[in-house]
Amino acid sequence: MALGLSVIFGVVRVVNFAHGEMMTIAMYAATVLFAALHLDPFLAMVPVAAAFFVFGYLLQAAVINPFITRPEHSQFMLLVAIAIILVNSMLMIFGPDAHNVQVDYQLESYEIGPLLVDKARLMAAGAAVVAASGLFAFFRYSLTGKAIRACADNYLGAKVVGLNVKHLYALTFGLGAVCVAIAGCAMVVLVDVTPPLGPAYTLLAFVIVIVGGLGSMGGALLGGVLIGVSEALAGLFIEPSAKSMFSFGLLILVLLLRPQGLLGRRT
Amino acid sequence: MNRRSIALAILAALLIALPAFAGNYALSVATLILYFAYTGQAWNVMMGFAGQLSLGHALYVGVGAYAAGALFYHLGIGPWAGLWLAIALCVALGLVIGFLAFRFSISGVYFALLTIAFAEFTRIGFDHLDFTGGPGGMFLRVAQRDAWDLANFRGPPLMYYYAMLALTIGAFALCASLLKSRAGYYWQAIRENEEAAQALGINSFRWKMLAVAISSAMTAVSGVFFAFYYNNLFPEQIFHISRSIEIILGPVIGGVGTLFGPILGAGVLTLLSEGITESLAALGWEIPGIKQVFYGVVLFAVVIFLPHGIWPPLAKRLKL
Amino acid sequence: MQRRQFNKALAAAGALAAISPLNIARAQGKPLKVGVILPRSGYLGFIGQSCQKGADLAPGVIKDMLGVNVELMNADFESNVDTARTRAERLIQEGANVLVGPFDSGAASAIAQVAEQRGMPFVINIAAAPQITEQGYKFVFRNFQTAQDIVRNGLSLIGELFQATNTIPRSAVFMHVNDTFGQAMAKGIGAAMPRLTQLPFKIVDQIGYDPAAKDLSVEVSKAKASNADFLLLVCRLNDSIILRREMVKQKWSPMGIVSPGSPGMYEEQYFKTLGKLSEYSISNVPWYNPKSSVTKRVEAAFKKMNPKDNLVFHGLNAGFTFEAILIAADAYKRAGSTDPKALADAIRQTNIKEKMSLGGPIKFNEKGQVEGIGSACVQNLNMLPTVVLPKDAATAKPIFPAPTYKKA
Repeated sequence: MALGLSVIFGVVRVVNFAHGEMMTIAMYAATVLFAALHLDPFLAMVPVAAAFFVFGYLLQAAVINPFITRPEHSQFMLLVAIAIILVNSMLMIFGPDAHNVQVDYQLESYEIGPLLVDKARLMAAGAAVVAASGLFAFFRYSLTGKAIRACADNYLGAKVVGLNVKHLYALTFGLGAVCVAIAGCAMVVLVDVTPPLGPAYTLLAFVIVIVGGLGSMGGALLGGVLIGVSEALAGLFIEPSAKSMFSFGLLILVLLLRPQGLLGRRT
Repeated sequence: MNRRSIALAILAALLIALPAFAGNYALSVATLILYFAYTGQAWNVMMGFAGQLSLGHALYVGVGAYAAGALFYHLGIGPWAGLWLAIALCVALGLVIGFLAFRFSISGVYFALLTIAFAEFTRIGFDHLDFTGGPGGMFLRVAQRDAWDLANFRGPPLMYYYAMLALTIGAFALCASLLKSRAGYYWQAIRENEEAAQALGINSFRWKMLAVAISSAMTAVSGVFFAFYYNNLFPEQIFHISRSIEIILGPVIGGVGTLFGPILGAGVLTLLSEGITESLAALGWEIPGIKQVFYGVVLFAVVIFLPHGIWPPLAKRLKL
Repeated sequence: MQRRQFNKALAAAGALAAISPLNIARAQGKPLKVGVILPRSGYLGFIGQSCQKGADLAPGVIKDMLGVNVELMNADFESNVDTARTRAERLIQEGANVLVGPFDSGAASAIAQVAEQRGMPFVINIAAAPQITEQGYKFVFRNFQTAQDIVRNGLSLIGELFQATNTIPRSAVFMHVNDTFGQAMAKGIGAAMPRLTQLPFKIVDQIGYDPAAKDLSVEVSKAKASNADFLLLVCRLNDSIILRREMVKQKWSPMGIVSPGSPGMYEEQYFKTLGKLSEYSISNVPWYNPKSSVTKRVEAAFKKMNPKDNLVFHGLNAGFTFEAILIAADAYKRAGSTDPKALADAIRQTNIKEKMSLGGPIKFNEKGQVEGIGSACVQNLNMLPTVVLPKDAATAKPIFPAPTYKKA
C-alpha cells in the first residue's frame, strides 16, 4: 500500500490523502465478493485490482490532473473532500458495523522452531513482494514504465519528446490504485473493515514512504519492514501503547536528517 | 473611508448586535464560527503569509489549552496568567519546528508531514501524561455561569461570544496591519520567490520564523479559550488530525492568504454544515452519514471550481 | 394578613391548582419532549445506533407502563464534541423538556455545560468518567455506574465466579485499552486490588495498548510470556476481536478471558466474527435483569421493531437508554408539568423499584448519581451473552476454566 503512495507521489507529485480510504473501499469490495461468490480475498485481488486501475485512471485524468500545478493545500483539500465523501458513503452503504471475511487459514500459524509465524500475514507479505517485484520490473524493463519514469524526472522534457504525459500520469495513478487494491484484499484477512478505518493507514503509509524514500520502490518495502520491526521492538521495550510515538519520532528524524529517505534520490 | 472599511464596519456592527435577535442555538453556532474564524486566521499567518503548510496546527491549540488548563486545575491560577504560559510554550514549540524545518530546508509537503508527525507524537505523549489527566481527560471546575467574571473567564455563553468576537476582530486588525508593514512585504517576496528575496538581502529564515511565532502565539490563545469554554480536555480529541483539518478548512475554502478568507470560510462551512443537518431533518432523511456526504460534495465542488477560495471572486463581484 | 402568610397561602393555592386533577390531565395530555442526543455517525456510530434502538421502543413501552406520552426528538452529534454542544442548544430551543444521552464522556461533559446553563435536566444513559458527577451540577443525572463502581462490582463478581466454579487461579495478566475508559478502569483496578485480599490471584503483568491499533501481536506475546492463569481484560469491541484472534494465532489458551467491566465481548460483532472462538469469554458489566417484568416488556417491543435482531446484543446500550427515558417519563408523571425546573426537582425524588437494570431501586444521590446499580457476570454461551451470576438473575451456570484451557 505504501508502494502505491510512493509511486503516485514520486511521479505525479500529488500527495494522495485519500489513500487509506481507497484501501478501505478495496477491503469492502473483497468482503462483498467473498459474501456473494465465496471468492478468497487473495484471488479477489485480480478483479478488484482491475476495477481499481480503471477507477484510479479516471480519477487522475478527470479530477486530479488540473491540480498538479496547484499549491499543495488545494490538492490536500481536494483529497480530503474525496475522503469525506468516500468514508461516509461507505457508512451509508455498509452501515457502521464491521465486515469481514472468514477463511480457514485466517488463524493458522506455522511453527518454525520457537517462532510462531502467522499464516495470513505470511501470505500478505508474499503478495506485497510479488506486487513490488512486478511493479519494479514494469518500471525497469517496459517501454511504458520507462516513459513514466521520464515524466517523473523531467516533465517538460517528456512533453518535448512527445510523450502523452496526461495519459501516463493517469496510468501511474491507476497503478498506485492497483497496489491499494492488492493491499486491501490482503488486509481484509487480517483486519475487519469499518468505515473510519482509512485515515490511520494513510498516516502509516506516509511514515513508511518518507522513511523508505519517496519514489523508491525498494525504499517503500524497506520502510515497511523497518517501521514494522521498530514498532514491535518499541512495544516490547517501552510501553506498547506508545509504539506509534516511536514511529512518528522516526519520521521526524528522517525528515530532518535525510529527507529523501533511506533509498530515495535527492530531487 | 473606502467601500471595504464601510463593509467591514457594517459586518462588525451586525455581529455585535447579533445576540439581540439570535436564540441560544444561533449564538452557540455563531461562537463556533468565530472560533474557527480566529483559529483559521492564525493558521493563515503561517500559510498565507509565510507559505508554510501546517497540517498539525491542533498541536498549538492543545498545548495552549492544556497549559492554561493545568495551571488552573493544579494551582487554581486563572486564565489570564495561564494565557502567558500557553503563548510562551506554543511559541517555543513553533520556533523549534520552524527551526528544524527551515534549517534543514524542509518545505512543501515534507513540512506538512513534519507538522503532522509532531502533532501525533504529542497526542500519544499526552495520552501517557498523568499530570494532565492522561487519556481520561482533564475536567476544569466551573465556579459559576451567570455573572460576567472576566478575571476567571466564567460566565454565560454571551460572554464567550463577545470574547471570541473581540479576538476575531483583533486578529483581523493585527493581520491587516502586518500585511501593510515591512514584514508583510518581505513575506510576500519570500512566498513568491524565496531565492530571489534572499538575493535581495532579505533574511528569509528570520522572517519565516516570525510568521511561525505569531501564528503559534495566536493559536495558543485559541487553545486557552477552548479550555475554559469546553472545560474538559482529552488528548484524543484535541490533538487529533481531524481537528487540524477542521482548522484549515475555513481559510482554504475562504481564500488562503487573504484577510477576510478565513472568516468567510468559517462562516460558510459552519452554516453549510448546520444547514444541511436542518434540511435533512426537515426532509426526514435520518440516514447516518448522509450529511457528511453532502458536505464533502460541496467541499469538493468549491475546491475544483474556486481554486483560490470563495473570497477573491466574491470580492471582485462586490467590488470590495 | 401578613405578607408572609399571604405568600404562603398563595403558594398553597397555586400548588393546589397545579395538582388539581384538571391540571394533571391537561399537563399529561401534552407529550413529554425528550431530546435524544446520540452519536449515530462517526467512529462511535455503531454504538449510537445501538442506543437509538432502546430509545425508539421507549414511547410505546412507557405508554403501557405509565400511561405517559413521550415524544422523541433525535439528534446525531456525529461523535464530535462541538456538534454535541450545538445540537443540545438546538434541541432546547426547539422545545425539548429534558435531554437524554450521549454515551461518550467528552460529549456528556459538553452537553452538561449547556444543560446547567439553560437549567435543562439531562439524564445520562451511559458514561463512566467519574468526574461528570463531581462538578457540582444541579441538572445533570446519571443512571449508570462510574468507572470505580464498575471496577468494584466487576472484581467482586470475579470472586463470586471462582467460588461458584470452585477454581483458584493464582495469577492474571491485565491488558487494557489506553483510552479514557480503559485508563479510568486501570486506575480503579490498581486502587481496588490491594484491598481485595479475598481474591486468590495476583496481577503479574499490566499491558496497555492503543485502541486504534490493528495489530496487537506484540502485546499478546508479552501477555503469553507472563504465564498467567487467566487474562483480565478491559477492552473495546474491535480490539477484543483482534486480541482473541491473536491469541489463537499465538496458541495461547489461558483459563479464560474475564473482563471486570468493559464493552466488546458481549456484542453481536464479537460473535459474528469469531464464531465458536467467542465462547466462554466473560464480561462483568452493568446489565439488565433478564427476569424482570420491565425487561420482558422491552424485549417484546424490541422484537417487534427489530425482527431480525436480538435485544441481548444491545442489552447495555439499548437497556440504559430506555431506562434514562423511563426516568424522565416517571418524573414527568409525578411533576405533572413539563417545566424544566419542576422536572429536575421531580427527577431528584426518583424512586423506581420496577426497572430493567440489575441492582437496587433507581434513586439519585445529592450529586445526581444513582448508587447501587448492579452488574452481572455475562458469559458467552451457545453464541449468546448469558447471565450466569448473580444466581437469582442467572439463566445458566458459569463455566470456568474454559474447556479449551491448555497449561502453557
